[in-house]
Amino acid sequence: MDRKTIVSLKNIFFDYGNEVILDGINLDIYDKEFITLLGPSGCGKTTTLRIIGGFIEPKDGDVYFDGERINDIPPYRRNVNTVFQKYALFPHLNVYDNIAFGLRLKKMDKREIENKVKHMLAIVDLKGYEKRKINNLSGGQQQRVAIARALVCDPDVVLLDEPLGALDLKLRKDMQIELKKIQQKTKKTFVYVTHDQEEALTMSDRVVVMNNGHIAQIGTPADIYNEPADAFVADFIGEANIINGVMLGDCRVSILGQEITCVDKGFGKNTPVDVVIRPEDIEVVDPSESVLVGTVEDTIFKGVHYEMSVKCNKCQWIIHSTVAQKVGSTIGMTVDPDNIHIMRKMFLLPNNEIFTTVLYSDEEANTITISIEDNEIEVPNCYYAEGTKLHIILPPSGLHIAGDGVGDLDEVYIESVIWKGEHNEIILESDERKWLMQSDQDEQVATYVPISFDFSKATFEVIEEENADED
Amino acid sequence: MKTKKTAYPYLLWMLLFTIVPICMVAYYAFTDAQGNFTFDTFISAADYSQVFLYSLWVALISTFICLVLAYPLSFMISRCDEHKQSMIIMFIMVPMWMNFLLRIYAWVQILQNYGPLDTLLNFIGIDVTLIGNSGATILGMVYEFLPFMILPIHTVMSKIDNSLIEAAQDLGASRFYVFKNVVFPLSVPGIISGVTMVFVPTASTFLVAQYLGGTQFMIGDVIERVFQSDHHTGSAIALVLMVVILGFLVFMNKFGDEEAVGV
Repeated sequence: MDRKTIVSLKNIFFDYGNEVILDGINLDIYDKEFITLLGPSGCGKTTTLRIIGGFIEPKDGDVYFDGERINDIPPYRRNVNTVFQKYALFPHLNVYDNIAFGLRLKKMDKREIENKVKHMLAIVDLKGYEKRKINNLSGGQQQRVAIARALVCDPDVVLLDEPLGALDLKLRKDMQIELKKIQQKTKKTFVYVTHDQEEALTMSDRVVVMNNGHIAQIGTPADIYNEPADAFVADFIGEANIINGVMLGDCRVSILGQEITCVDKGFGKNTPVDVVIRPEDIEVVDPSESVLVGTVEDTIFKGVHYEMSVKCNKCQWIIHSTVAQKVGSTIGMTVDPDNIHIMRKMFLLPNNEIFTTVLYSDEEANTITISIEDNEIEVPNCYYAEGTKLHIILPPSGLHIAGDGVGDLDEVYIESVIWKGEHNEIILESDERKWLMQSDQDEQVATYVPISFDFSKATFEVIEEENADED
Repeated sequence: MKTKKTAYPYLLWMLLFTIVPICMVAYYAFTDAQGNFTFDTFISAADYSQVFLYSLWVALISTFICLVLAYPLSFMISRCDEHKQSMIIMFIMVPMWMNFLLRIYAWVQILQNYGPLDTLLNFIGIDVTLIGNSGATILGMVYEFLPFMILPIHTVMSKIDNSLIEAAQDLGASRFYVFKNVVFPLSVPGIISGVTMVFVPTASTFLVAQYLGGTQFMIGDVIERVFQSDHHTGSAIALVLMVVILGFLVFMNKFGDEEAVGV
């Protein structure tokens, strides 16, 4: 297969109002490949697609098509066609006229148009539907018309924006296979956007995992599954046990208080890391043969394998195995060092560090008021003189989402939520900085929430200044 | 059925104030002063056929001007963001909060001889009479009824999914082609209700021509005058007008069924 680059994105930046949607996107799309942009909602995948389609212009960076810069070329002059999320079929035209729309614009001969439309209808399995009205078609049929309408124009690149999102599960599975077949039959470059990881793995030659306006990883489905670049990718693609660990040195990591051998080097001693282990990579052994010992809490038969949930030092592990273990039995777990994936933490510090100054203090009530991002926040049960400079270390458990809707900070963006065996590790982004939060609840990524601080868990350090005023 | 019962108050209202009056108009139109059946009323009504045709002509021109003004504006508004849209729509509605008669008086003030506009035009050497002609009547009509053209077209246009426009561009359509083959066909239902909502009142309204049109009255004014002395002829003219408007509505709806499709 030749690896000619057909579309190339260089350092794409895009924002909407104050919100950065895409930052530093670099992507080469090869000719005739099926490439999928995968990520949770709000990660910027649709925006990337719209930039390729020409519906929006990047605020910074360049888009190249076959080596030529096309930033300011309007959609109708790009040899790219799009299958829209809700199909966007013309309701005033019938199936035939919808598909012929693009061809008529090319001033093609009537006979030729007819031949092409007929041929396309055969490919998408809609022979004899020419005269049907769009509104009388089922979702799956509309979907096929939309694909036919895009393909019939013979574009170099076909963009597909979650085209299967509106279909039910069964139809979706069928269409996945069909789409892949159509792509192979027509030998076109497909750029596909989805939030469904299974869909991405099934259909793609390459997958681009996106998170929060960045590309987290690019690779073949197998690469992405077997060698995830960070905890986000590991969590998003397939199932994974993601545990906090600390590197003890090269090839040695400590998890759950046990030292384990791995194959990763160069992280530096005592560096906190994310350790990722796929459920099928864990071997069940006799408790005496392993340092990791746990109790089986639950066993579910999943057809090919059993899914077991094992509690080990407060931490929940998921194991896939063809042999079922009795619920309540104690087992040992070993993992081949090759299958232990060590990743740099996405939030580098273990705690939230706050540098601030005491605005007011009330000795009687034993409270102080500090300012965080221009919000005045009262801290109970502590007293420092007004004007004292403080360094507050707030552990992840000292943050929580304000259930009543009124928090110390409003409108904080949830950047990622990753289950760490015992609790969720959540990375939040406020106006000026990021926060690390621990929560037992599952939260929705890419939403805005109010957060509150629990300073009873924090430690305070006074920053001594040489000529601090003392009243 | 509960839902049917809730319609009763209006049905009663319609019976009392729509059906009964129409029957009364029909009765007067076909009788003379003695209450005998006659067609003479229509013969005397025929005296006003000139005014009648003139009214339809004015209505047609006014509707056309409204359409030409409202269509591009509605299109422009419908592509703005929602906040802007409601803002512009409010500004279009604001004049309607003022009394109808007052607005016509305002135009009289502006257009009258030695009024501000006339003085200005005289000053730069243009000597025209601004008031007392068909032009002034049409101007008044357009001013009065323009919102009724904008609102329905805007409503339909704002419902056109932006992705349809993008899809057309994506398939290679230039702006003009997108407009001609996607936006326009999808906006026809709005045009039809707009035209109906403007044509019908302009054809039958009164006072506008009395104040702005000089001696050129419209059929609404004629009905008002005739009614003061002769209910029977007045009813006959009103009935003819009703039938003509009904014919127009039937025509518009038929045209609409052929062209329009659900969005």
